Amino acid sequence: MKPSEKMNDLADVITDTTVIQGRSLWRDARLRFFRNKAAVTSVFTLLAVILFILIGPQFAVWSNEEIDWAIMADIAGSGMPTVENGHYFGVDSLGRDLFSRTIQATRTSLLVGVIGAAVALVIGTLYGTVSGFAGGWVDNAMMRSVDILIAIPATLIIILLMVMFERSFFMLFVGIGIVSWLSMSRIVRGQTLTLKNREFVEAARAAGVGPFTIITRHIIPNLLGIVVVYASLLVPEMILTESFISFLGLGVQEPNTSLGALISEGAGTISYGTLWQLMYPLFFFIITIVSMFFIGDGLRDALDPKDR
Amino acid sequence: MTKYTKIILAGLFSSTMLVAPALASNVHPVTGEALAHDQTFTYRMLDEASSFDPQIVEDVDGSAIVRDLFEGLMNEDEDGNLVAGVATGYTTNEAKTVYTFTLRPDAKWSNGDTVTAGDFVYAWRRAVDPETASPYAWYMELMSLENAGDIVAGNAAADTLGVSAINDTTLEVRLTAALPYFAQMTTHATTFPSPQNVVEEFGSEWTRPENIVGNGAYKLAEHLPGERSVRVRNDMYWNNDETILDTVVALVINDENTALTRYLSGELDRTDIPAGQYPRLVKEYPEEALSFPRLCNYYYTFNLSDSGPEAFKDVRVRRALSLAVDRKIITENILAGGQPQAFTFTPEATAGFTVPEVEMASMSQAERDAAAKELLAEAGYGADNPLELNLIYNTSEAHKKIAVAVTQMWKQKLGVKATLGNMEWKTFLNERGQQNFELARGAWCGDYNEASTFLDLMMSKSGYNDGKFNNARLDELMAMAKTADDTTPIYTEVEQIIASEVPIIPVYHYAGVYMMDTDLANWPVSNVQQNWYSRNLYKLAE
Amino acid sequence: MLNYSIRRVLSAIPTLLVLVIASFLMIKAAPGGPFTSERPLPPQVLANIEARYGLDQPEWKQLWDYVTGILFNFDFGPSFKFKDRDVNDIIAQGFPVTLTYGTLSFLVASTVGIALGVAAAIRHNTWLDYLAVGISFAAQALPNFVMAPLLVLIFTYKLGWLPGGGWYGGQWQYLILPVAALSTSYMATIARITRSSMLEVLHSNYIRTAAAKGLPARSIIWRHAFKPAMMPVVSYLGPVFVYMITGSVFVDIYFSTGGLGRAYVNSALSRDYAVLLGVTVLYGVLTIAFNLITDLIYGWLDPKIRY
Repeated sequence: MKPSEKMNDLADVITDTTVIQGRSLWRDARLRFFRNKAAVTSVFTLLAVILFILIGPQFAVWSNEEIDWAIMADIAGSGMPTVENGHYFGVDSLGRDLFSRTIQATRTSLLVGVIGAAVALVIGTLYGTVSGFAGGWVDNAMMRSVDILIAIPATLIIILLMVMFERSFFMLFVGIGIVSWLSMSRIVRGQTLTLKNREFVEAARAAGVGPFTIITRHIIPNLLGIVVVYASLLVPEMILTESFISFLGLGVQEPNTSLGALISEGAGTISYGTLWQLMYPLFFFIITIVSMFFIGDGLRDALDPKDR
Repeated sequence: MTKYTKIILAGLFSSTMLVAPALASNVHPVTGEALAHDQTFTYRMLDEASSFDPQIVEDVDGSAIVRDLFEGLMNEDEDGNLVAGVATGYTTNEAKTVYTFTLRPDAKWSNGDTVTAGDFVYAWRRAVDPETASPYAWYMELMSLENAGDIVAGNAAADTLGVSAINDTTLEVRLTAALPYFAQMTTHATTFPSPQNVVEEFGSEWTRPENIVGNGAYKLAEHLPGERSVRVRNDMYWNNDETILDTVVALVINDENTALTRYLSGELDRTDIPAGQYPRLVKEYPEEALSFPRLCNYYYTFNLSDSGPEAFKDVRVRRALSLAVDRKIITENILAGGQPQAFTFTPEATAGFTVPEVEMASMSQAERDAAAKELLAEAGYGADNPLELNLIYNTSEAHKKIAVAVTQMWKQKLGVKATLGNMEWKTFLNERGQQNFELARGAWCGDYNEASTFLDLMMSKSGYNDGKFNNARLDELMAMAKTADDTTPIYTEVEQIIASEVPIIPVYHYAGVYMMDTDLANWPVSNVQQNWYSRNLYKLAE
Repeated sequence: MLNYSIRRVLSAIPTLLVLVIASFLMIKAAPGGPFTSERPLPPQVLANIEARYGLDQPEWKQLWDYVTGILFNFDFGPSFKFKDRDVNDIIAQGFPVTLTYGTLSFLVASTVGIALGVAAAIRHNTWLDYLAVGISFAAQALPNFVMAPLLVLIFTYKLGWLPGGGWYGGQWQYLILPVAALSTSYMATIARITRSSMLEVLHSNYIRTAAAKGLPARSIIWRHAFKPAMMPVVSYLGPVFVYMITGSVFVDIYFSTGGLGRAYVNSALSRDYAVLLGVTVLYGVLTIAFNLITDLIYGWLDPKIRY
């Protein structure tokens, strides 16, 4: 996982240290987050993208798989973006409407990002807390396995997963999640180690509370802040990973597509006078990822309790 | 057109006339064209060659290099006709089961040794020897060499193979069956000689540039796997005087679009044109964009085995699906490289093949669509009971485009619920080979220029018949064709069986679609198998 | 520290062993084999080829032969796809290539990235800062497979300044485009990490104290802030260096460098088990080695760390 990086400004730090009256961690975090202009702008950008995905199809004249037979013979000449024939973003190299395809692709990529990060989050958190909480040889064995798994190149795991199982959205989510829970589990374990010796955990243990309850009631809620931060940073990485998979031709099944697949196609035809095939998906790709980065950074600054 | 004529004429001259040693001046000795000072030909290869060992090589690009580095008994000229190689000629017995080749005495290895009949014997035994584990060992069985099958199976020693050196310049070959086209088969890389002493000295490393010894017109000067290989003129080659190109550079460039950009930047003399780009390029570079027919077909195969869907057992369904494929859209709008539409399994370009009358070919697409709808309705599929199918193809931009378009045609015209399955190459082969599919992409390039190389695939026992089509009459006809004098009526009937039973949907036949520098002369555009030899090419002065 | 290093190296051996076994089992589970081809080989021919490569043995035997081959002869076996070569050859030829462009890309990415990050942090909230952040985010989001063809289009086709690919022993003109394509996104990430880490350090109490004492800004930044600010950067650079020197499949595809990145992906797709395992082992060794080196650098940056 990426080490600590911060986007907040000096003003934040100063106000933080001067605040003295008691506030809940979450309320505090929310205030800090909303003071981060980049993060807030990004939230709105992302909302706009989501809105576009939701209501865009209402305006689409063509579905994402229909071929416009009339113009497929001369795409460079008559396939460019225009309102007249309903191809607002132009058509792809087969004559399919890029507007609908971009909407569908953005939806796929966002889902891959979010669900992939969720898979990583669930596995990583469970694994990490169990390992950290158990301690001793269990911890040792579990973390040694993580060390080994980390040494296996992600490329190999992804290719093999995509090759071994039937291609589907589900496998894509699992495949991407599986390669990224490792670092998550390390972070969570580290946090668990510090948490488990804290007073409230000791107290719970003294009161005879079972280990399972301690983990679910006391450890995980206290981990949530850092977990959310890392998960939000994982989302753009998942989207980038998916684009790598699409580049290798192992991504989602036609006629569905993803931003990575569209960009990969568009980049191939970069010099054939159909630049819109690259530009529209690339635009959505970049604004989605960049706003995700800013939101992730904003969340970290707001939630990471370190130094505060 | 004038350009083609010129090229072909030049080809005819250089291969049929005896030419005096090359003149010192920069003029082509036969055509009188001015030659470029720098005789270097640089071309794009899709992928690294599997091997430079004639008995091991299995890929097309690798075989092209091996044809330069080694020379077999016979060669092909620019039109695919048989011409003399190391052998100056051959005789056969009445039954065509014994071939006797006469070798030229001046043929030399690049280290100066004479190429003898023994070198061929060594190489051919090597090809079938289980120790060598040649992936093309089956080719020697296909050549019907005596004992080849037993040797490959490990039941006989390699030296029992039906080939022997009568003396240094006479090679005798004994076959188990009459094979009229046997000499044609000796143009294949697997049958090229290999230098025993070098192979034995260096083992699997004998094809390294520093070790390799060949008898072809070129020597391997450099090889950087994944990047490039360089071959230079072999001074020891018996016909070196007629070789014009000095250096041939093969660059490995995976991405066809990048390759095209590099071609347009002047880094390459030849590259492939990506699907759909030919019309634009031919407009911009009318002299450089070439398209010519090739000996390959492209089709979709129905799974007719027990594991296939019930719907495909009904010939009306298969017929309807084939009729509804608008081949014109695929060849003109998607591939757009001058590929012919396919209504028969065998490409029109196949030598001696007369395209039979097939009903579908003479219909208009509107008539086909109407017939398709009718047939599907007859078979009991309609709006309330839509036909569902899944089409699998392997990862590739062009396969994807065709598959998407075809499924869209079925959806829009026939209301078929078609889904696509893109698979990575090895998985695809595995699934298709185990009949784990409904409809699958297939393609075949002829091993030799005769219709049976294609039609054999439809035989029930063929190892490549992945759809498990089984037609007794077709099997019978193909067996007859092996010994028949006139095969045309047989192949016509076979094609008609295929057209009426529709075990496959023929889509299109391949074309070679290249960007080729106008300086490069004599590319064998009319050799449908694209067996090219660098020594026949030359660069013109600008 | 020496003891610590030796302990780490020794513990790497079982890790590598498990790595080999896990990879072996995974690749064996993938459908299709190295000799599955468009025209299926006749069974007898296939049997001969499998015998030649030892694939007719039971799997545990194959694994055993493979592992002992590596341990005792340092021999990773022959390639199934490139039949004239063995895995050692493929690594010996491809690794120097990726090592060269990877190291250069690493140097470019880390120097430019760190410089950009430090500059942005010092000039916090100025146009320079915004520009640096903006560029680095965009660069990070721009996929390599857009970057590479774009570079070829501009510098090879339009301007004709640089060759569009090839390696030629790593001559400088063949290096520029691959290095540019590979380093950009890492440079962006490094700049981002450096900037935020530097900001954090600059806002810490001891730096404020130093500033309050009136120490010159230059000395504060380079003497006191730089080293601690580099800690998160170093921990990011370790794995990135390994990733870069083992090659990028994009660079190898678009610039035909003949590097290990594409050989690796291809070996997985063509089920060339031996090459795949060989490169995986190399990758594992490098990962473990650079984790150790990173930790040692950590100790130098922060003397408080004890081994």
